[in-house]
Amino acid sequence: MNKAICLKVSGLSKRFGGLAANNGIHFSVEEGEIVSIIGPNGAGKSTLFNCVTGFYKPDSGNVSFYGRDITGMRPDKVCNLGIARTFQIVEVIGEMTILENVTTGVLLRYHRLKPAMEKACEILAFTGLYEKKDFLGTELTIADKKRLEVSMALATQPRLLMLDESMAGLTKVELREIIDLIRKIRDKGMTLIVVEHVMEAVMQISDRVVVLNSGKKIMEGTPREVCSNQEVIQAYLGDKYRAVFR
Amino acid sequence: MPDQLLQQIADGLLIGLMYSLVAIGLTLIWGVMNIVNFAHGDFLMLGMFTSFWLFTLYGIDPIFSIPVSFLCMFAMGTLIYRFIVSKVMKGPMLAQLVVTFGVSIFISNLAVYFWTPDFRLLPATILQGTWQIGGINLSVPKVAASFGSVIASVCVFLFLKRTKTGKAILATEMDRDAALLMGINTERINSLSFGIGAALVGVSGAFLSTYYYIYPQVGGLFGIIAFCVVALGGFGSIEGAFIAGILVGLAQTLGGFFFDPSYKYAIVFMIYLVTIWIKPQGLRGW
Amino acid sequence: MRNFTAQQIMTGLAILLLLIFFPLVVRQSFSIHVMILVFMFAMLGVAWNIMGGYAGMYSFGQAAFFGIGAYTSSYLSIAYGVNPWIGLVAGGCAASLVAAAIGYPCSKLRGHYFAIASIAFAEIVRIVFNNWKAVGAAEGLSLSMKNESFANFLFNTSKLPYYYIMLVFLLISLAVSYFVATSKMGYYFRAIKESHQIAGSLGVDVVLYRLMAIMTSAFLSAMAGTFYAQYILYIDPGSVMLLATSIQIVLIAMLGGAGSIMGPVIGAAILIPSSEYTRVTLGYKGTGMDMVIYGLLITLISMYYPEGVWKLLARIGRKMK
Repeated sequence: MNKAICLKVSGLSKRFGGLAANNGIHFSVEEGEIVSIIGPNGAGKSTLFNCVTGFYKPDSGNVSFYGRDITGMRPDKVCNLGIARTFQIVEVIGEMTILENVTTGVLLRYHRLKPAMEKACEILAFTGLYEKKDFLGTELTIADKKRLEVSMALATQPRLLMLDESMAGLTKVELREIIDLIRKIRDKGMTLIVVEHVMEAVMQISDRVVVLNSGKKIMEGTPREVCSNQEVIQAYLGDKYRAVFR
Repeated sequence: MPDQLLQQIADGLLIGLMYSLVAIGLTLIWGVMNIVNFAHGDFLMLGMFTSFWLFTLYGIDPIFSIPVSFLCMFAMGTLIYRFIVSKVMKGPMLAQLVVTFGVSIFISNLAVYFWTPDFRLLPATILQGTWQIGGINLSVPKVAASFGSVIASVCVFLFLKRTKTGKAILATEMDRDAALLMGINTERINSLSFGIGAALVGVSGAFLSTYYYIYPQVGGLFGIIAFCVVALGGFGSIEGAFIAGILVGLAQTLGGFFFDPSYKYAIVFMIYLVTIWIKPQGLRGW
Repeated sequence: MRNFTAQQIMTGLAILLLLIFFPLVVRQSFSIHVMILVFMFAMLGVAWNIMGGYAGMYSFGQAAFFGIGAYTSSYLSIAYGVNPWIGLVAGGCAASLVAAAIGYPCSKLRGHYFAIASIAFAEIVRIVFNNWKAVGAAEGLSLSMKNESFANFLFNTSKLPYYYIMLVFLLISLAVSYFVATSKMGYYFRAIKESHQIAGSLGVDVVLYRLMAIMTSAFLSAMAGTFYAQYILYIDPGSVMLLATSIQIVLIAMLGGAGSIMGPVIGAAILIPSSEYTRVTLGYKGTGMDMVIYGLLITLISMYYPEGVWKLLARIGRKMK
């Protein structure tokens, strides 16, 4: 069955001064896939995210979302079209409660406050934060903040969810929970692109993995293929992962 | 070039150099601890009054009051930081913005209370008279003040780039957390920077007192112009503040010359706004 | 979200009744004047709060909008005989347009940078009006005292009508503030206040919403300006466009509690009577001692009560539960 192409990135380049943070990147993501983007620090993963979601304007190249060209579109327009994202350094609205934070996201689609809050409660139940709905943003642990950020992104009813290092700094238990959440999200029909360093998680959830290094895509394939690739191992993984898949 | 235009350029340069020194102190405070010191203009006023009273009461010429102004304002700046500003550093941004307004109103009105709101002028001092070069008139006190301003700016620059303490200040300005990790006592740096910032503008006041009207509210306009200079030069940039000061001085005189002198400050503020819209980081971004 | 507890309604009505009967019981003209100023500054504080407390745009130039409102209605009245009530709306619109014109280019400015830009803007406005011959330059405008009537927004014989009109204006501004706070706009403002990045990632058109905040704030401030012009019957840049006034407005909102609906009202209720009374007792000699105390007060409030009285009361209230 031919699935629709959710996101297509072609020839994406972005320079900062003399540094090519993204250099001619091509890849596409099918609807319903979970694609992970991995690579060493400085490889250009967050820059890629920012270019796709409108926080940076690419110097050249194209980004299209379900066939529609969104290159260089403003972040709020991109969100409106159905792409939501989280940030590497987690950001939530500190002076609001968890419920209010998520409601802010819901208000994109539901314009009146009461129905928006009800929808927000549903989302919090889905992501497991309902009991803490009256906690202030400033009172949360990092793990809860990350989960809140995901909830806020979900609140905008995206078709594509892009998670930027949502698993950094989590314990094994929290990791398990977020992996389950990601699977639940995909089961709801969403497509996911995930930037991650936590390789155990990447291996478990990904349909495909894209590897970046120094601004270029050096490889793309299934988790197994990527783990056995010599260049990837040298650039980033180390020998440990080759052993895992033997 | 017609003489009148040259005169305006010369005057603009001279007043601009004064703005530069005032702004350098402000940008130092800003760069190091991210505080906008709205009381900066009032420190200027205090520097001016220090000169005034030393002359009026003890006959000391303003040139010699400069070190006194420096030390007094340094002490005042350090104390204000330690007892007032440091308390709001962890507070909400609004409090940080408002607290120095409070200090400003307190200082300027205390001056009104003790010294009356009268305008005062220092009678002719050691440096006086006017030079005539080509077709333009250069007031000797103004030239001396501007010259002093340049020297002070260079001294600050060298202090920051060459001495250990100076480099510590620059380090804190660039990356506070990294500086902390390097063992720099950032609290002390804050206090020192506030002191130096106040001292510099106090010295500006001493220079300015040789030819400008001295009165408690004089800080108001200079203060606002200083913010514009700092923003134009790029917050935290000493070189930027120096250049921007000159540019603002020129904008003021030339703007008044080509348009209408009554609007000269409006023109300065307009130039500031336009620059900040195009380049939010000021000249530094260029 | 739009319902209040029975207790809140009762307290609100009680206070309202007190305010309604106040001038009928306390007949002293000066006290009524002080209350009128309290209402006016409360309204200015509420207006500031919409862009400052909610959306995080700390404006130190509100006096410009206040002055534009005052000048617009006064000029239209003097030069073209336009009724002041219409002038009220015109003033609000003029201020909103100016707000949009200055707000748009400042869309990316936050924190200190926005504050200083607002000061520069307000000073430009003041200097322009100070030199603009058509509106009286430094001498300002005087309004006619003839034909007192409600329709003419003019009352000579008693301050009472002004008192009640200002109270109604204040209630209108509080209603606006309340509706903003409990609506999508309010949530979006608060997201913008936290970070433009978060707001954008949630689909908020940051530029548009910032403009909405500034324009609403400007409109309400201008209304207060028109009221002032009709009350004092004389305006000049030195009285309606001062930086000191702008600072006072910020202070009122901060003291009472920036970001809360009723905060500015409390701030005005505390600050205006105290500054009026100290001015009368200490300041009449021109010694400046009243301002010295005022400056000290501002400094201490920023250091020890930066969140404002309202939040303090709320915290005490929560502890008592």
